[in-house]
Amino acid sequence: MKMGEDLVELRRNEMVTQEVDRVDQIIDHYATEDGTLIQILLDVQREYNWLPKEALMRISERLEMPVTHMYRVASFYKAMSLTPIGRHLISVCLGTACHVRGGPKILGKVEQVLSIKDGETTPDQKFTLQRVNCLGCCALGPVMVVDGEAHGKLGVANVAEVLNKYN
Amino acid sequence: MARLKSPSELDTLRKDILAKKDPNKPCITLCAGTGCQASGCENVGLAFEEELGKQGLETRIDLKKTGCHGFCEKGPLVVIYPEEICYLQVQPSDVPEIISQTILEDKVIDRLLYVDPMTAERIALESEIPFYWNQTRLILGNNSRIDPTNIEDYIALDGYSALAKVLSEMTPEGVIEEVKTANLRGRGGGGFPAGRKWEECCNAPGDIRYVIVNADEGDPGAYMDRSLLEGNPHSVLEGLIIGAYAIGAQLGYIYVRQEYPLAVENVKIAIKQAEELGLLGPSILGSGFAFGIKIHRGAGAFVSGESSALMTALEGKVGEPRPKHIHTVVKGVWDRPSNLNNVETWANVPMIINKGADWFTSIGTEGSKGTKIFSLVGKVNNTGLVEVPMGITLRDIIYNIGGGIPEGKKFKAVQTGGPSGGCIPEELIDTPVDFDELTKLGSMMGSGGMIVMDEDTCMVDIAKYFTDFLCDESCGKCLPCREGLRRMREILEDITEGWGTEEDIKLLEEMAPVIKENALCALGQTAPNPVMTTLRYFRDEYEAHVKEKRCPAYVCAALTSYYIDPEKCKACMICLRNCPVDAISGGKNQIHVIDQDKCTKCGTCFDVCPPKFAAVTRISGEPVPAPPAETERELVRAK
Repeated sequence: MKMGEDLVELRRNEMVTQEVDRVDQIIDHYATEDGTLIQILLDVQREYNWLPKEALMRISERLEMPVTHMYRVASFYKAMSLTPIGRHLISVCLGTACHVRGGPKILGKVEQVLSIKDGETTPDQKFTLQRVNCLGCCALGPVMVVDGEAHGKLGVANVAEVLNKYN
Repeated sequence: MARLKSPSELDTLRKDILAKKDPNKPCITLCAGTGCQASGCENVGLAFEEELGKQGLETRIDLKKTGCHGFCEKGPLVVIYPEEICYLQVQPSDVPEIISQTILEDKVIDRLLYVDPMTAERIALESEIPFYWNQTRLILGNNSRIDPTNIEDYIALDGYSALAKVLSEMTPEGVIEEVKTANLRGRGGGGFPAGRKWEECCNAPGDIRYVIVNADEGDPGAYMDRSLLEGNPHSVLEGLIIGAYAIGAQLGYIYVRQEYPLAVENVKIAIKQAEELGLLGPSILGSGFAFGIKIHRGAGAFVSGESSALMTALEGKVGEPRPKHIHTVVKGVWDRPSNLNNVETWANVPMIINKGADWFTSIGTEGSKGTKIFSLVGKVNNTGLVEVPMGITLRDIIYNIGGGIPEGKKFKAVQTGGPSGGCIPEELIDTPVDFDELTKLGSMMGSGGMIVMDEDTCMVDIAKYFTDFLCDESCGKCLPCREGLRRMREILEDITEGWGTEEDIKLLEEMAPVIKENALCALGQTAPNPVMTTLRYFRDEYEAHVKEKRCPAYVCAALTSYYIDPEKCKACMICLRNCPVDAISGGKNQIHVIDQDKCTKCGTCFDVCPPKFAAVTRISGEPVPAPPAETERELVRAK
């Protein structure tokens, strides 16, 4: 666990020293428009894989909005994360179609293989696991998406094999 | 490309595009929708490019990557024009043969064709496959003919001709009148007449108006909007521009889930291409009408698909609903008149303008006109997107198009309308599908998710699943939804865990209407539907859970046990190796035994036990037989 915390700290520092410019660029991209907070947060999320505190502070400053508002929005939406996400994001679909075709068993198997629960990140920061409610690949259920790559018609027996492909 | 300055310049462009195209030139279209991508179409595309290059055929044969064709179950799909030969489940290794046989020698490769499970007949043409043949693909049909990243493909198929007609021949009032006459009802769930909505928005006071596409497709089990935006984005844009002209809007928004990256990408490209051609921007087609479109990516919140919540989200805030004493058509985004329609609703508009309201009303039922796209998923043979005329029966969809239930299992129910809808039982399967009929059954049309369930689905578990989903997605603003759903979830959990009583069922029945009548937004008002419909049609299952502590479908883990029949076990070790918690003991020639204390009831042993042995059995509502004594576990093999 210690190693994970160190990594978080390291990424925080990197953020402070090098990346404020990048956040500014993202904000400037939307400079003239109203109501773009969510779009800015999504772009920052994509850039860093999470929303570091320093980025939120910077956005708050530039958009002249209270930081509490940043946190309210960021904690409301599922696509935004206030903690770092692992290098690979695993989304196990538990939409209705996947549910009736055994999605919960796939989730259970991933949890077992990685020894983490839904919403958690492995201590080595390699995988983050989340359950999602429909990825729109219903015809191929049960579906698991890793880093945007969909793996359809999964069986419990194939889960470990799929995860092994990611380093 | 230069901006087009008049409808006649658009016509000229269309003629030029068509003149460049040789209708007899072979064209390989590869479905690159999300479903086929998950089945590996990317590599099939690369294989085609490589093979065409190797044989020096790039100029003689077109290769086109299209949006979703609909038959996702059998992907990756390849259709070869002009003959329209449809190959299913194509692998990269099949590619050289397709080119040498089908393209160069006009020979059909039998093994890649669809095989009718009833007659064992092989079917070569896409349109003759029963899955397609029984559909009316007015909106989806073009998906397989269009490269979504090339506006010329859309224009070649008469694209933007409805917009040209509207701008040159029709008044805004005339357009609204046409849509009203067509009785186009909102495809997003509510079924509110789009024409009336447009009219109210048009008449609302204010100078600035907005039109919005709702592509926040959050219903689990539904992906038709995704496929339309990915596969034919211009049809949605054209509808939106026509709507903007009718309503007098200057700006349009497309609110699309960020979970749909390909849809975002293709819409972006489509907007850019339309702008370059002067189909968006100042003075569209020289008419003086100016209109622009922005994309807003939704950040993942089911409740934000509700109209007032979506508009709050567009303002960059937390997307929660508000009371709608004043409708959003009067005060929506930034308190200005805003007209929101679903993706599929907008895609219907160009067709209505081109072919007329009379044509549109000739399809469908008395109250529901036109076609509807459903995502037919779950326990059904042909899963995928289907477009059918309103009024078709559920049986036609599930059996004639869907090909029935896999593995000879028994049909139990079909769930329509997403989490706000309900489960319809077998005895009502001949109900015609339209907005009003489904509502009468306690379900609803919703955005078009249709999830088929077989005998292995537990209806109490399904009610719990939806209530759980809605609990997670409830924004918490109003009490009936926030607290009521949570209490319902607790009760359902009790029932599936075996703690339920008959009082619990009564309490559910009492709470459901209270939530329905008192919640703030449509999410809360419809949230009890899954519980209410399952109670109405599958009460016996609730009672089995409560009175006999039995789950008839063997789904609820707490009420189900797994047992290995010593008479049938052949000691093959498969279940033993696959058990995730090492609860199975046994060995070579040793009859296997499940340690009931260790077993987590995951069901893996049942799934993996070879069907020819079928030794693992499920038990619910009765005690598990004692395992054979240690001394009797030696397997005696018959000679």
